[in-house]
Amino acid sequence: MPLNAAPVPTFVTVLLRGLLAGLVAGLLAGTFAFVAGEPHVEAAIAIEEAAAHADPAAGGHHHEDALVSRNGQRGGLFPATGLFGAAMGGLLATAYVLLCRRRRAYDDGRSGLLLAGAALLGVVIVPFVKYPANPPAVGDPATIDQRTGTYLLMVALGLVAVWAGSLGYRSVGGAAPQWLRATAAVGGFLLVTVVAYVVLPSFQEVPDDFPATLLWNFRLASLGTQVVLWAGIGLLFAALMNNDGRRRAATATPST
Amino acid sequence: MSSSTSSQPLAHPANTVRLMWTTLAAVAVLSLLVYLVAFDQGAVSRSGMYLHELMHDGRHLLGVPCH
Repeated sequence: MPLNAAPVPTFVTVLLRGLLAGLVAGLLAGTFAFVAGEPHVEAAIAIEEAAAHADPAAGGHHHEDALVSRNGQRGGLFPATGLFGAAMGGLLATAYVLLCRRRRAYDDGRSGLLLAGAALLGVVIVPFVKYPANPPAVGDPATIDQRTGTYLLMVALGLVAVWAGSLGYRSVGGAAPQWLRATAAVGGFLLVTVVAYVVLPSFQEVPDDFPATLLWNFRLASLGTQVVLWAGIGLLFAALMNNDGRRRAATATPST
Repeated sequence: MSSSTSSQPLAHPANTVRLMWTTLAAVAVLSLLVYLVAFDQGAVSRSGMYLHELMHDGRHLLGVPCH
């Protein structure tokens, strides 16, 4: 039994890998957002400015005398997605350690990929369907606190929905056919998701004259940004954990 | 759970309490980072709306309610 054949990664090691994977994935997502999303943000701001000029009392968000110039905001996209990605990578690594510590330590990175997929579903896709991303000029500044609160609640419920799905999968024993376990998983997930969608309030704050194609394109770019982020976190984190596992397996094999 | 002996669990039971505190600390720090990037409106960062303005495009494109 090769005890101490190779150092078992500590929590801090796993955390640093998660942070690194998240930072790189965040910068990739920022690049995607810059190319695919920035033109739509610019177009939406032009509409917002036009509305503010037409009715100065209504404009709550003045870009002309802003603290940060538009170029600064465009550049700020990269620190925003990079830091957000690093934080998400760190949280994924923490979840990985807490959920996988009782299992065998190395599983060729599959747990990392599975966790990132679960996070994409629970933290991004489930909340997005209820509260899709809004470009500038969409959304009433008076309801920002309420919208932020319900959005965070929706993120938490998205995670609960994914957890309910995995609970459904595991509650049907391993002897049961795969389709039955998958059905239980989908059932558990949908139960929580549908209840959350029905119970939480909706906000219809898109101005009547806001172009529908611009809204659609912006939301697609926003969703794409998050997909790039989580795909990047999952793949990079799994690669870092897998590399470690192979090195460990190579040193452990001769002594068994 | 398989009784595989060729691999060790990531954390030994003796380390569980320490692991709990380090993970708790990590979650707290990372949550603060998420808050500053995605949700701060000047109240915590004491930077006025500077952080909000700098992260403006990122917030919109990450799908977080911005304003």
